[in-house]
Amino acid sequence: MDVIATYALRLGDDSLILGQRLSEWCGHAPALEVDLSLANIALDQVGQATHFLNLAGELEGKGRDGDALAFRRDVMDFTNCLLVEQPNGDFAQTIARQFLFSHYQALLFEQMAAVKDTRFAAIAAKAAKEVAYHATLASDWVIRLGDGTDESKARMVAGLAWVWRFADELFAMDAADAAAIEAGAGVDKSALRGAWDSRVDAVLAEATLARPAPHRATTGGRIGRHSEHLGHLLSEMQFLQRAYPGATW
Amino acid sequence: MSDPSKEWPLWEVFVRGKGGLSHRHAGSVHAVDAKMALEHARDTYTRRMEGVSLWVLPSAQIVASDPGDAGPLFEPAEDKVYRHPTFYKIPDGITHI
Repeated sequence: MDVIATYALRLGDDSLILGQRLSEWCGHAPALEVDLSLANIALDQVGQATHFLNLAGELEGKGRDGDALAFRRDVMDFTNCLLVEQPNGDFAQTIARQFLFSHYQALLFEQMAAVKDTRFAAIAAKAAKEVAYHATLASDWVIRLGDGTDESKARMVAGLAWVWRFADELFAMDAADAAAIEAGAGVDKSALRGAWDSRVDAVLAEATLARPAPHRATTGGRIGRHSEHLGHLLSEMQFLQRAYPGATW
Repeated sequence: MSDPSKEWPLWEVFVRGKGGLSHRHAGSVHAVDAKMALEHARDTYTRRMEGVSLWVLPSAQIVASDPGDAGPLFEPAEDKVYRHPTFYKIPDGITHI
């Protein structure tokens, strides 16, 4: 797969895996309205995944579409960041994961909407509006839980402490990123870190939460080195296509 | 059954379908404050492009007429058929009347 296709694949995998994770909340959220909030975010993510994975398949030129890439790859071939594959945990941990990721995605897509390659720019422009809302929603919950009861605060602190180790990977750059920038399709993710830090810190301050202590970064998702959680997620997500290859309805 | 005293308060949701139309009652959501009520209203009632604007207000703030007073309140209008603008022809293509 060429590097630009790989770049699209990574974007699609991030959205796909997070969408699948969030959909696990369906019917289990603390309130009916929250159930819908999470399902809406999940659907936005799956929509982004469809666009990026179809584009990746097109760029690859081997006849694979988004569905083939989503349902007929094994765990080592997935290129999502480790953050999005982490288990939901409790509601606070899910919100912590969403909070870090949505602020990253918001900055990423704001920039990507202006890249030269119109295929990437068009997907990003649409997604930017979606993820701006996700970032607001997640931030509001961080504030409510952080500046809430002793119980909610303790859970928010624990949730953030867990996901914090996966933040660095969001901004890590490698050859595929460099090539995508060179080709007018990609964004310098390392340059987003400053703005991300200030947005995240502002919300944490309002939530009366301290920034979690620096943690040795856990990385490897972009090259297929995943936590044990992803395989379980895929076995559920891909079950139908594995049991009945090529099934349609 | 959850303890009703711990339930989030109820808010009524009004959605404006498009510019120029009035906000219409769409339903209700539970939320702890106005901001959350707006977010829940957005996530619950505008998922299928139903709206361009939202109002929420605490259900407890609604003052309702007493069903027992329905007779004196509404029945006197029943024989005032001349108040209905039904004697005009509505041109084709006019919507939202």
